[in-house]
This record gives sequence, C-alpha cells and structure tokens, in this order.
Amino acid sequence: MLIKKPDAIRSSEITSESVYLNRRHFMRGLLGTTALLATGAANAVPEYEIEKDLPIYRGPDWLQKQLRASTRNAAFSTDEKLTPYFHVSTYNNFYEFGTGKKDPARHAQEFNTDPWKVEITGEVAKPGVYNLEDLIKPHQLEERIYRLRCVEAWSMVVPWIGVPLGDLLKRFEPTSKAKYVEFTTLHDPKQMPGQRSRFSTLEWPYVEGLRIDEAMHPLTLMAVGLYGNAMPPQNGAPLRLVVPWKYGFKSIKSIVRIRFTDKMPKTTWNLMAPHEYGFYSNVNPAVDHPRWSQASERRLPSSLFNPNRVDTLPFNGYAEEVAELYRGMDLKKWF
Amino acid sequence: MTNGKIVRYLQWWVVFLLPLLPLGLLIHNAWIFNLGADPAQAIVHETGLWAINLLWITLAITPLRRIFKINWPMRFRRMMGLYSLFYAVVHLLAFATFIVGWQPDLLLKELSERPYIVVGALAVLMLIPLGITSTHKMQRRLGRNWLRLHKLVYPIALLVMVHIIWQIRSDFGEQLLYGTLLSVLLGSRLYFYLQKRLRTQRTARAA
Ligand code: HEM
Repeated sequence: MLIKKPDAIRSSEITSESVYLNRRHFMRGLLGTTALLATGAANAVPEYEIEKDLPIYRGPDWLQKQLRASTRNAAFSTDEKLTPYFHVSTYNNFYEFGTGKKDPARHAQEFNTDPWKVEITGEVAKPGVYNLEDLIKPHQLEERIYRLRCVEAWSMVVPWIGVPLGDLLKRFEPTSKAKYVEFTTLHDPKQMPGQRSRFSTLEWPYVEGLRIDEAMHPLTLMAVGLYGNAMPPQNGAPLRLVVPWKYGFKSIKSIVRIRFTDKMPKTTWNLMAPHEYGFYSNVNPAVDHPRWSQASERRLPSSLFNPNRVDTLPFNGYAEEVAELYRGMDLKKWF
Repeated sequence: MTNGKIVRYLQWWVVFLLPLLPLGLLIHNAWIFNLGADPAQAIVHETGLWAINLLWITLAITPLRRIFKINWPMRFRRMMGLYSLFYAVVHLLAFATFIVGWQPDLLLKELSERPYIVVGALAVLMLIPLGITSTHKMQRRLGRNWLRLHKLVYPIALLVMVHIIWQIRSDFGEQLLYGTLLSVLLGSRLYFYLQKRLRTQRTARAA
C-alpha cells in the first residue's frame, strides 16, 4: 500500500481543476514550447504546468517560503526545451533505491527527509552538524535550468532550485589545506532498499568529490528543489549537488556529510571501476566510455519516431565557463 | 476428436499464445505512451529479456525430460527456439530503428565501440541458421549433421551470457540468476554425456 507522505500532494489538490484547465488553455496560446508561465517579476520562478495526477513535493514550511521567494538566474539558464516534470521525476538513477530507472520513484516515496542534518567536517574553521534549515536559510534560492548529461549517454533539461555551492561552503571558512571537497550520501539500508542488495558491486555509502575550485565555481549548485517545488525524494531530496558540466553521477544525492580535505576523495564509481569512471568525469565527447561512445546522447524524452540524438558537447556545453579550470591538463588522462 | 486430442489441441494454442503476451503488452504500452522517458530503451530491454528467457526455456526442455521424465514440452522445443529467435530479431531491429535510427555511420560506431553489441549480433547470426533448419524436412535432409549444427545453441547461449555480463554497471543479480540457470542446464548435459561415455567404455572393456 502506498501511504502518502504529508508533504507529497498532488498538484490538483492545490490547483483547482478550472484554474488548471485555464492555465493549460493559456499555455496552448503561448508558444507551447518551454511549458512555463512567467508571473510577476521578470526573473521570478514561473509557475509550472504539472500534470494534475503527478505528486509534487512541498517540503517543510521554511523551505516553502524560500521556494516561493526564489528567482531565476537567467544568465546561467539554458532556453532549451525542458524535460517534462513527469519524466524528470520518474526516470532516475538513484541506486540506493534500486537499479531500474523506475525504481527510485517507486521505492523512495516513504523516504524521510525532514528533519535533516548535515555534518561539515575536515579542513574548516567552523565544523559541526547543521540542520538543513540553518544551511539553506541565509541564502536566496536561485532557479537554474541546466542540461543534465548521464554517463549512460542520455540527457535531460531540468529547472533546479538551489544555492550556489561556493556561497554555502564559504560560510564554514575552509582552511588553506582544503584542496578537495568530499560529499557523502545517507547510509540507511532500512530506508534504502538498494543498499540491502547482495549483488551490488558499489560500496555504500555513496561518496563523491570535487576539487575545491570546481566546488567554488559559480555554476556548481547545491539544489533543494526542481520545477518550482521541493526536491522529490527520487531526485535526491532534500539536498543534492548539481554539477552541470560533469556526468550525472558526480551530482550526488541526499547528502549528509561534507568534508574538506587535502587529498583527492575516493569516490564510489571510481573505486568500483577506475578505468571506466574517472574522478573528474567531465562530459567529453572525445573520451569514450570503454564500453560505449560518448560522442552523442539521446535527449529525453525520446520517442519511437525519433531517437532525439544530439551531439554531446565538451563540458556539456559549459566549456566557456569551466574549461579554464582544466587548462594544461590532459583530459584524456584525467577523464 | 477424442479427449486426448482436444487437450493436446488446447495445450498447443495456450503454449503458442503465451510467448506473444510480452510483445502484446509492449505494443499496448507503447501505444498508450506508457514506456517512460526512454521508450526505445524500454523496448530493447524487454525484447532482449524475452529472447533470453525463451532461449533458456528451450534449453530446459531436454533436461526436463531426462531428469524429471516430463515429456510433453518436447513437442514445443522448436517453437520456443523460434520464439527466442523472433524476440532476438525484434530486439535487434528495435535497437537499429529506435536507438540508432538506421544511421549507418552510427551503427558502425556502436558496433565497434560497444563490444557487447558485437557479441549479441554474433549470437543472432548463429541463431538464424538454426531457425532456418528447424523444420522436420530439413531435419530429415541433414540427418546427423542436423544434430551437429544445432549444438551451436550452446556457444550461442554462452555468447548471450557474455552479452549481458558485459553490460553490468554495478548490480549483477540478474546475470547471476541467468548464469546459474545456464550452468544447471549445461551441467546436466555434461553429466549425461559423461555417464554415456562411461557406459560405452565399460561395455567396450567387457567385450
Ligand atoms: C545484433 C544483436 C543484438 C543487439 C544489437 C543487442 C543490443 C542490446 C542492447 C543495446 C541492449 C541494452 C539495452 C538496455 O540498455 O537495457 C541489450 C540488452 C539485452 N540483450 Fe541484446 N542485443 C543483441 C542480441 C541479443 C540476443 C541474441 C539476446 C538473447 C538471446 C539478447 C539479450 C539481451 C538481454 C537479456 C538484454 C538485457 C540485459 C540486462 O538488462 O541485463 N540480445 N541488447
């Protein structure tokens, strides 16, 4: 039996049918492309048209307030067609909840993400265990529409909401020894069936890492929501990384620990298959995965009439912003 | 018709229709757009799964008879093999159409860079002659060579195992299951083969 989480309500419950239909009507009047509707201030996060039988996630009260006050960072947003909310929230790689694409949406609905604490540790002046609220509250939430390129050669376009990771990390005053940042996902096999699998070669908890300059780069986002609402559990609630120029698995989900260190973190996929998944894992059409090509990708949703194949761009199209981070590095070696 | 005949007739139709069910479901779900964000991948995945399921079923029929004396599936062995070929071909066509879009350069690239696809293609190429020679007429015409030719099913099964093992990302539960089943299926053949050899050796010595 599916017990609805109190904060998982259907959009039809907050939007009356007629408003919904009107909005839909209005949408058709618009270009009907990006499926969004600007309201109020020019850079306010629009109210999205979400199919009414899909669950949306509102999160705790304090977050709702902040989500409502969030603004779009247009300079950091692509104007490509958004991947519909339905697909963003039902087609996920989140192996803690199963390896099938539909598993996370199926198994994460009871995932308890409130209250949530994050441990800040390592080379910082202000280590400690912080409530999520205390981490997020001092910041203005931003919406950014990023391309998400999975290492499996598919991609999506997602409107995330979050805080620039650098702004968040600076508050803890990293020391000069903080050369890398390591992130850890919750380890809770009771809630996460994937962590109970006996046939997984991945070690839990899931660990990811960034070089400090990557972490501080303005494009790197610590996300708490998408499509104008709180983060769905299957997408990594309540707190996940979004590093748009790297393969999706770098964007670690449901983070409980952030550690500053002077050594390159040992990251999960890299530990399991170092020849297939590098520490950097920057999107790079010139470096193939040993078992498949990375030269192109299928933009989801694809249909049976059109594979929707697009060329993969260096750094997932963010080369102008981030290529300089890797100047002088052999990207074939440091893949 | 006698009762026995009716039962056999009904049995044939049930066994004939059951393997079409997954395909029917797949078409239905494609029709109502219920295959998720990546319908192409869903179709390739599902047809691949049924190609392997039916191949394993085909391989199980002889051991069922030898070990458990269950004889009735024997008359469906050819049908199961042909269904496996059928799903493998649909699997291949779905891949070429929905994922590659019949772009020759991309197809070549995928073939050369995804070794598991080469292995899968090899398996299909080897399955085709088995399908063609599966009729009674061919069986009679080829005589002993027919048996020899159809031993190809063992390397085919191993190629299919390689095809799916090469796709493991982190979880190998499925591969372990198919691998274990195949070991049992092939192991039983080895057992009977060794027993037979032992028997002929003994009779040779006795003579
Ligand atoms: C030219 C021939 C073949 C091609 C191009 C091909 C291609 C593929 C591809 C691209 C996938 C990955 C689908 C995914 O992303 O989930 C796949 C999976 C699969 N294929 Fe094939 N294949 C071929 C032959 C075969 C044959 C002959 C069989 C079995 C009799 C087979 C059984 C499977 C199975 C069971 C899977 C799913 C594996 C898993 O999820 O672990 N394939 N195949």
